Formats: sequence, structure tokens, C-alpha cells
Amino acid sequence: MTEDKKIDVSESIKNEIKSNNVVLFMKGTPVFPMCGFSAAVVNILSELKVKYSSVNVLDSDEMREGIKTFSNWPTIPQLYIKEEFIGGCDIIKEMYDSGELKELFNTRGIEINLS
Amino acid sequence: MPMSEKQIESLIRKHIPDSKVIIEDLKGDGDHYSAVVISKSFLGKTRIEQHKMVYDAFKGKMGNELHALKLTTKME
Repeated sequence: MTEDKKIDVSESIKNEIKSNNVVLFMKGTPVFPMCGFSAAVVNILSELKVKYSSVNVLDSDEMREGIKTFSNWPTIPQLYIKEEFIGGCDIIKEMYDSGELKELFNTRGIEINLS
Repeated sequence: MPMSEKQIESLIRKHIPDSKVIIEDLKGDGDHYSAVVISKSFLGKTRIEQHKMVYDAFKGKMGNELHALKLTTKME
């Protein structure tokens, strides 16, 4: 990967998390997750009926490696809320089970809808 | 090359000496593991920091040689 591409991808990550309150970097898409860990986070976000944008890291090697460097986190999926890295699959699951995730969305003023 | 349970445990214990590590091979394929890591050194750290401490033990192998590790960190 050249330096230029690295800069490009970190800029596009910054743009993505700036323009969307909730961003999930995942393998595949919410409709067709390509990995069980990504699917698990998609399920949680659908349970909470929260609006989010997703980035399929399998679309480009630069993004796949770039997001790991950007977050200093070695695995995918990665969830961002209001430009803050919240965690990967295990952390999100733990936070969902304990109610912390719901709480976090509430305190950040992001609408969720529990039926 | 996939990693063995023993390798994973010894890497974590080398990196976090006071830790208790419980590993389970989730699918029996040497590629999908769960690990519970218990250490007092997690005290006062956020979950992200705790998980990073464990990931650091694998020095770049995480997400590559070690494909899937379901991680839980606890203080006791």
C-alpha cells in the first residue's frame, strides 16, 4: 500500500464517521453479512432499530487494512458512534446484554426504538 | 497456520503475567476460539483498553493467523 492510498483511506473513514452518527465497518452488507461476527452486530443494531450506515471492508483492501490502522484495532466489525470507536463484536454484545449500549445511544441523543 | 489452544494461552500469559486464561475451541477447527482472560491489571481500564491488552499479546497475529477469538475480559 502506498502512502497516498493510506492517507486517502483514513480521510474517507474520517468523512464517513463525521457524516453519520452510527457507522458499522463490517464484512459484507447488513442484508448479506459475510462473517458471523459482523452478522451478530447487524442483528443487535436491527434489534435496537437504530439507523446506521455501513461500510463493506471487503470492497477494498485499502479499507480493510486502513480501518484496522485507523482504530488501532485488529479485527472487523468495528462500530463507531458519533466519531468514537465503541468496539468490536464481543464488546458490542456485552454492552447490549448489559443495557449499556442502549444507554450510550440515549446519552448521545441517537434515536432507538424498542418495541 | 492456525494456532493451538496452548499457544494462545501461553502468549496471553506471557504478556499479562497475572492472568488466568480459559480457552475453548469453538468449532474444533483450530481457528475459532473463545477466551476468557481474568487479570487484576484490567482494573481501571476501559473495555477497549482491556481487549487491546489481550490483542497486543498476539503481536499482529490477531485477525491473521488467529482468525477468530471471542474475547471476554474480567477483573476477577
